[in-house]
Amino acid sequence: MAMFGAREFWETKMRPSFRALSGLLLSFGICLTLGRAHGQTLGIASSAPVTSIDPHYHTFAPNESFSAHVYERLVTRNAAGEMIPGLAVSWKLRDDHTWEFKLRDVKFHDGTPLTAEDVAYTLNRVPRVKNSPASYSIYTKAVTGTEIVDPRTILLRTDGPYPLLPNDLANIFIIPHGLGPDPAIEDFNSGKNAIGTGPYRFVSFIPGDRIEMERFDAYWGDKPYWKHVTYRIISNDASRTAALLAGDVGIIEFVPPTDLPALRKDPRVTLAEVVSNRSIFLWLDHAHDGPSPFVTGPNGEVLTTNPLNDLRVRQALSLAINRQGIVDRVMEGAAIPTGQYLRPGSYSYVPDLPPTPYQPERAKALLAEAGFPKGLRVTIHGPNDRYVNDAKIIQAVAQMWQRIGVQTTVDAMPWNTFIARAGKQEFSIFLLGWGVGSGEGLNPLRAQLATWNPARGLGTANRGRYSNPAVDALIDQAMGTMDDGAREKLIQTAMKRAMDDVPVIQLHLQKNIWATRKGLVYEPRVDEATLAMGVGAMGVRESK
Amino acid sequence: MITWTIRRLVQAGFVVLAMTAIVFVGVHVIGNPVDILISPEADQAERARIITSMGLDQPLWRQYAYFLRGALHGDLGRSFVFNEPALRLIAQRMPATLELAVTAVLFAMVFGVPLGLYAGLKPDGFLGRAIMAGSILGFSLPSFWVGLMLIMVFAVQLGWLPSTGRGQTETLFGVPWSFLTWDGLRHMLLPALNLALFNISLVLRLTRAGVRETLPMDFVKFARAKGLSPARVIFVHVLKNIMIPIVTVLGLELGSTIAFAVVTESVFAWPGMGKLIIDSINVLDRPVIVAYLMMIVLLFVTINLVVDMLYMLLDPRVRLERKS
Repeated sequence: MAMFGAREFWETKMRPSFRALSGLLLSFGICLTLGRAHGQTLGIASSAPVTSIDPHYHTFAPNESFSAHVYERLVTRNAAGEMIPGLAVSWKLRDDHTWEFKLRDVKFHDGTPLTAEDVAYTLNRVPRVKNSPASYSIYTKAVTGTEIVDPRTILLRTDGPYPLLPNDLANIFIIPHGLGPDPAIEDFNSGKNAIGTGPYRFVSFIPGDRIEMERFDAYWGDKPYWKHVTYRIISNDASRTAALLAGDVGIIEFVPPTDLPALRKDPRVTLAEVVSNRSIFLWLDHAHDGPSPFVTGPNGEVLTTNPLNDLRVRQALSLAINRQGIVDRVMEGAAIPTGQYLRPGSYSYVPDLPPTPYQPERAKALLAEAGFPKGLRVTIHGPNDRYVNDAKIIQAVAQMWQRIGVQTTVDAMPWNTFIARAGKQEFSIFLLGWGVGSGEGLNPLRAQLATWNPARGLGTANRGRYSNPAVDALIDQAMGTMDDGAREKLIQTAMKRAMDDVPVIQLHLQKNIWATRKGLVYEPRVDEATLAMGVGAMGVRESK
Repeated sequence: MITWTIRRLVQAGFVVLAMTAIVFVGVHVIGNPVDILISPEADQAERARIITSMGLDQPLWRQYAYFLRGALHGDLGRSFVFNEPALRLIAQRMPATLELAVTAVLFAMVFGVPLGLYAGLKPDGFLGRAIMAGSILGFSLPSFWVGLMLIMVFAVQLGWLPSTGRGQTETLFGVPWSFLTWDGLRHMLLPALNLALFNISLVLRLTRAGVRETLPMDFVKFARAKGLSPARVIFVHVLKNIMIPIVTVLGLELGSTIAFAVVTESVFAWPGMGKLIIDSINVLDRPVIVAYLMMIVLLFVTINLVVDMLYMLLDPRVRLERKS
């Protein structure tokens, strides 16, 4: 083999070129360090792709988070989730089914003034958006008629009393009527139709990558601090954190709990967190009177009835869960234990409905009393890619149930498979979450706990098919009560009544967590939206 | 030659058709896109309306028939999520993936061949052994982990390169490209390197094996005996002979690099086709899934066809075989 002068060949011919190559690479690296752009630009890393610039196309949180920069609603929400005047200066009831909205004197990005006609036009357009995969018409269908009194005043009529109209309208972004009948979605994405009254103007949209925005200097409210905003999509959790640490973006949303302990200690980063209105819970099967599909006796024998229909069994399962343990160990502190859907301090939060305590001995006793002294055998189903640590949560619950004699298996699967099966009542016990967008108790009561009733549009998300006529009656009564104080009492009574039945086992309320570069501050929002307007620099007056 | 080509094209057509059927049935079994897309607050009437508007109330065979009829007219359906033609969506994302894949394959050549050559010439030296050991890492380390490590080192610790995204683009032939701007190139370096790592190791090993095999051969000895310079022997006689299998493998690797850049694109938030398909699978955006897979099948069929044809043109033995 040595017949070939490989060594001398290397020394004379190859080594110099390798040296040159490494020199080249080195200088390349040095060049790369130059020229990082800074200035009045804020980079936001969003966790999920924005699917359209059209604010009425798809009821989808990431779209709304972006849209809130460019467009505005009549009624808007502050960081704590309370309703505050947006494009409407005020609203009041004229009679039980007529609302009067007074509009603010503001201009759209194209210079035209906002008038009542724009509001009527928007409400008319929302249900007519073509091919919408999830229409905003669910928030406008209560409006049965509009009447323009003068350019600043509009009357909205509902079919009978409907106290939730302002809550519903807090989802609808107003666009100018100058866009003409049936403005095309493509024209929003290209920017032609992307005209609102918001603090930022739309500049460009690269699907799946980024949206560029620029401050609207004629904005009526507080001027935001940042001149340019780059709204980037970085769905991978670890990459989002890395983008922040590298300084490529100023703020990231949905900080993964696994990174929390490290980020809490990192001097380059500031965290902003708030308890959200998204609760995580276990649905229990109320649909089957006969055997439930994934509940059997302790030796796998088929039961003749569904044990989950027995209140004592449901209570036992709830008492056996150490919620604080899940919050501390599984969620790394990014949640608080809960016994209901709403966060403390919300309108219609029930004060005497604390998280269920951890009492495994009482749980065992209750099971025995219900006729299952030797326990049960159950399977918990859940998604593994939807909620924060979803699969880990059900694993933890399974271990806790094991201790009271309920032999538990865990079956976690992708959301796209899971949700279809959950909707067909194929599971016995399954994990889901519910974000209360409206921030008040009628929302979960009507969607989750009311008896499933397609004709009336009630119980739409009641996947366990819980039903209690007394609760239904209270919900109806609350829906007809226009006085906020009286309605709050009714909602609280209904919620207490329902939750005493343990229709679902509430576990915890997630926290929304943002991380910013040191020197930036973010006012954490209950509604999960990441807004450039809320990002301030240390020592600079924060907007709103 | 012509009948052979036609036969191959007909075969390819059947492969594509079979694939659409498999994907259609497969996606149908997973779940219902309406459950995922719809607002949780929507009522049952709204749900029914969306199911009808998407055509999902029809039996599966009829949905498939509609799809085939559209496909024959060049219409693969509209994305449920973006409300844009699936083909346009894919075409929009394709340049990003293409330039990443091509750069990765270029990296494979630029780094793989010299390193392999060196390891082949000096198989027992320290550096030669180190290169071979390194190539094992290149094969076996999971690319999502390597990607994150690259970001941690070059973006977070050293701050030399941007961590994620595509950066500035410049339009050429109506298509935005990253490689035409300095900022774009900087954004492309890490993801391209991550994508190239496997291919670099592959090329490196192929080159080394080729060099080791070719060096003791008679024609190399003869060339040496003729008094040719070592450089000429290596670069002209040896390298030329070992390049044929390397180029073949790289051609095929280009296909899979384009098709399976998913992981790298996710880690680096690179807005290419791979990220589109993953997002689409998560929300069961059927038209996009089907259109993408059809395109990938077409890509592989075409590459194989071209490779077969090139063989026939390049290698007289294959041509003769066919004649007899």
